Amino acid sequence: MLAYILRRLLYAIPILIGVNLLTFTLFFVVNTPDDMARLQLGAKHVTPEAIDRWKVEHGYDKPLMLNAAATGSAQFTDTIFFKHSAAMFVFEFGKGDDGRNIGNEIRTRMGPSLAIALPVFVIGLLVNVSFALLMVFFRATYLDLWGVVLCVVLMSISGLFYIIAGQYFIAKLWNLLPISGFAGGIDGIRFILLPVLVGVVAGIGSGSRWYRTIFLEEIGKDYVRTARAKGLSEGRVLFRHVLKNGMIPILTGAVVVLPLLFMGSLITESFFGIPGLGSYTIDAIQAQDFAVVRAMVFLGSFLYIVGLILTDISYSWVDPRVRLQ
Amino acid sequence: MVRIGAILLGTGLLGLGLLAGCPDNSNNPYPGSKADANVLYSAFSERPKHLDPARSYSANEAEFTGQIYEPPLQYHFLKRPYTLVPLTAEAVPRPRYFDAAGKALPDDAPAASIAESAYEIRIRPGIRYQPHPAFARDAAGRYRYHSLAAADIAKNTRIQDFEHSGTRELVAADYVYQIKRLANPRLSSPIFGLMSEHIVGLKALGEALEKAAKADPDAALKLDDFPLDGAEVVDRHTYRIRIKGKYPQFIYWLAMPFFAPVPWEAEAFYAQPGMADRNLTLDWQPVGTGPYYLAENDPNRRMVLKKNPHFHGEAHPAEGSEEDRRAGLLADAGKLLPFVDEAVYSLEKETIPYWSKFLQGYYDSSGISSDSFDQAVQFTSGGDPQLTDSMREQDIHLITAVSASIWYVGFNMLDPVVGGLGEDRQKLRQALSIAFDYDEFISIFLNGRGIPAQGPIPPGLFGYVEGVAGLNPYVYEARDGQIQRRPIETARKLLAEAGYPNGRNAKTGEPLVLYFDTMASGPDAKSRLDWMKKQLDKLNVQLVVRGTDYNRFQDKIRKGNAQLFEWGWNADYPDPENFLFLLYGPHKKVASGGENAANYDSTEFNSLFERMKDMDNGPARQQVIDAMLEIVRRDAPWIFAYYPKSFGLRHGWVHNVKPNLMANNTLKYRRIDPDLRASRRAEWNRPVLWPIILLVAALVAVIAPAVIGWRRHEGKTA
Repeated sequence: MLAYILRRLLYAIPILIGVNLLTFTLFFVVNTPDDMARLQLGAKHVTPEAIDRWKVEHGYDKPLMLNAAATGSAQFTDTIFFKHSAAMFVFEFGKGDDGRNIGNEIRTRMGPSLAIALPVFVIGLLVNVSFALLMVFFRATYLDLWGVVLCVVLMSISGLFYIIAGQYFIAKLWNLLPISGFAGGIDGIRFILLPVLVGVVAGIGSGSRWYRTIFLEEIGKDYVRTARAKGLSEGRVLFRHVLKNGMIPILTGAVVVLPLLFMGSLITESFFGIPGLGSYTIDAIQAQDFAVVRAMVFLGSFLYIVGLILTDISYSWVDPRVRLQ
Repeated sequence: MVRIGAILLGTGLLGLGLLAGCPDNSNNPYPGSKADANVLYSAFSERPKHLDPARSYSANEAEFTGQIYEPPLQYHFLKRPYTLVPLTAEAVPRPRYFDAAGKALPDDAPAASIAESAYEIRIRPGIRYQPHPAFARDAAGRYRYHSLAAADIAKNTRIQDFEHSGTRELVAADYVYQIKRLANPRLSSPIFGLMSEHIVGLKALGEALEKAAKADPDAALKLDDFPLDGAEVVDRHTYRIRIKGKYPQFIYWLAMPFFAPVPWEAEAFYAQPGMADRNLTLDWQPVGTGPYYLAENDPNRRMVLKKNPHFHGEAHPAEGSEEDRRAGLLADAGKLLPFVDEAVYSLEKETIPYWSKFLQGYYDSSGISSDSFDQAVQFTSGGDPQLTDSMREQDIHLITAVSASIWYVGFNMLDPVVGGLGEDRQKLRQALSIAFDYDEFISIFLNGRGIPAQGPIPPGLFGYVEGVAGLNPYVYEARDGQIQRRPIETARKLLAEAGYPNGRNAKTGEPLVLYFDTMASGPDAKSRLDWMKKQLDKLNVQLVVRGTDYNRFQDKIRKGNAQLFEWGWNADYPDPENFLFLLYGPHKKVASGGENAANYDSTEFNSLFERMKDMDNGPARQQVIDAMLEIVRRDAPWIFAYYPKSFGLRHGWVHNVKPNLMANNTLKYRRIDPDLRASRRAEWNRPVLWPIILLVAALVAVIAPAVIGWRRHEGKTA
């Protein structure tokens, strides 16, 4: 298993270089270093000399990928791409164009992102699995039918609607919770309740339908019939056997997104004033802060790869037939 | 079933209990705060990028830097037109003029004979900086935190983590030090380019610093080792700035944070290795002498300003208009500033939560977004804005002000179709100026928040003429004493005279097609762009919209590839020069990279501008400005669109609010009534608990049949 994980981590290096290269190319197709300088220096009184000075100070005065004026390996290393990318592989993200340390920002913002994303994920998973099992239990009855209708209705509504409706009713009309904001420690609970509630409700439709499909597929299998033939109650069949076997796709689907929870959610963070990583990324894109965009894409790719490795591990954990070699 | 019902009921009751047990309103977004504390609550939508006075230039940054840093001058809070008064200076300095031989010249010397202007500024003794560890000294008088080991720095992640702090008196050298900082290549000050054209020796200093920075990229630049001819310390409390030639507008720059003092100790403190990695920089942890200091800097969540215990004190202004007196703005005259102990700014990116919190009393003031405009404001039959009944019931007050800014549609004067100064092109542009009905635009898209522009100078600035006397005669006319847009027939006639009868080229018969470059996108922009097309439809002229992103748009303007484009300008200072220079030929965007985006170049206008910029306000200057306005209205390089009007709201417990579009240090004048706020917050935010009871009941009602069904089913199969 250890050899497998190491091998997968080594495979990750070319993938991360590729992702980095792609991000770099896409970013600089749209923005030139001059554009970045102008945006940072503001719209007024910007002279060409000021732009040149900014580029020198921020390391954008070199060729993008190939330095024809240099010799030997410097042709590749004395470039914007190399200078701004190499350090990331040891998780040195450097500074954003606003001068703030990106690593510091990521560490600070990870907590608030997780404070929302983790409860939404865990509670959402429990609620969705429970609701799906309930629908499967009452399959082909009016409860199942209306459950599916409810899921389709919930799926059809935009996520933004849940946020606005939640804020309007719970925070504005009924004055039960703060409409937005964030605080650390015990005070923070009041602030995360509403976004977590909204996040869970918004995910019930799609989540429950998906799990219902998985459980329905399982429930028609031979081992379930055997269990019933042995005289087990329906509840025991569902919770002891169907749930356990249905957990394979659920777990693998869940594990792959687990590391990405760090990255936060853009809309939720923006509307609820959560100082997480989702809003950090979007702010950086708007500000054409390449250093932050590159760092966040790199981190996202790395976490996704970690998620895939964890998925493989979880396969072997939930299904003893799977062996990692 | 009973068990599940009991669990749900218990959960509901627990929730109710928790909400009921909250010490304050359960929706209060300020945990641990006292509702009746003398704290002002506000918001910011975009995190500030820079708080270093050499770098900061945005309005959202000025909201903080304006309260922390003190340049020598400030704008009078109440007087209009905007008037400069001393802040840390003893008096507003008057420039002394010298010829090339260094001989003193009289005040009325012609600008051409003036080789240098000197501003001698004497600051008031006894002003002290906010408490800061950079000033902390040990018993032997050595700075405690100027030679920190990496491990010591690692222990401190915030300024408050440093155990000791100190202060010192503000001296003239701090102002000179900051002027030198403008030339520091590592700071990329946005005004260095402009100021190096005016301040003697600043350009040379910039070059010397750049050379030093290149020679040793890792070493800190010791500015005291680099002389600056144009800024010198005269004595402990006096310094002198020398300007090339005559530049009367320089005085306004002395009211901006760019010319605020920076103590060398702060730079030395922050320059230590490891500080920047913890975001401990002057750009994020300012050090000033102002009424407030930045006590908490978490731009991802909130920023907190607290009263500076060393503030030198300043009295609330006693001079103001009769209108100010009636509005109660002179009620605090002579009282010591600042009134508010603390100001909490929360990050609020979306307008909906911001607006809701304002209505709940959690923000003391608010702007009005287009989503909530109808809820807040209605117009009387006379077209005057007034608050809706619901706003008045909450004792909310409306504040309006015309911004010192302008929006315009520019013609690229280098363009072969719409550019040039020939009579036919003038008529073409005049026709288009009439066709674009900005009175309608303001009504439809701005909810009346704007004034149709008659020229480049906005109201409130010297040179602007109010009413019919100040109308643009090429686009408007006076009818019944009112300013009315000229009829579209006039535009059609002008278009025909320009060689495009009924919108077609008289020679080739081809339709006139114009191209409008814009950065605007999205559904809102589409309706605006459709409106623009409709305006030209009136002349049978086709408008092709070329949408692009910010970078490409800027690139097109720089290279002169745009034909028509929309642009705006906010005043740096309240002088007509700051608007008329946008049309000055030598500042053409294409040729010089200047701010003249239309590339307008009229010899007549240019020579008048050169005269006007050095004149003192008075009838002679007004006469020159009138002549310039006539030229620019005739040539019509811009379609003068509108002067934006800002609408804001404040609660009844907030006092001393008067829009001052030039000053950014007005927090010190604000006064609030915390007790009134506390009682209104309590009244407006009582938790409504029945929905929780209803929700629990609904859940029981939904789950109960399922549980009963389950049990029956289990009973059958067991």
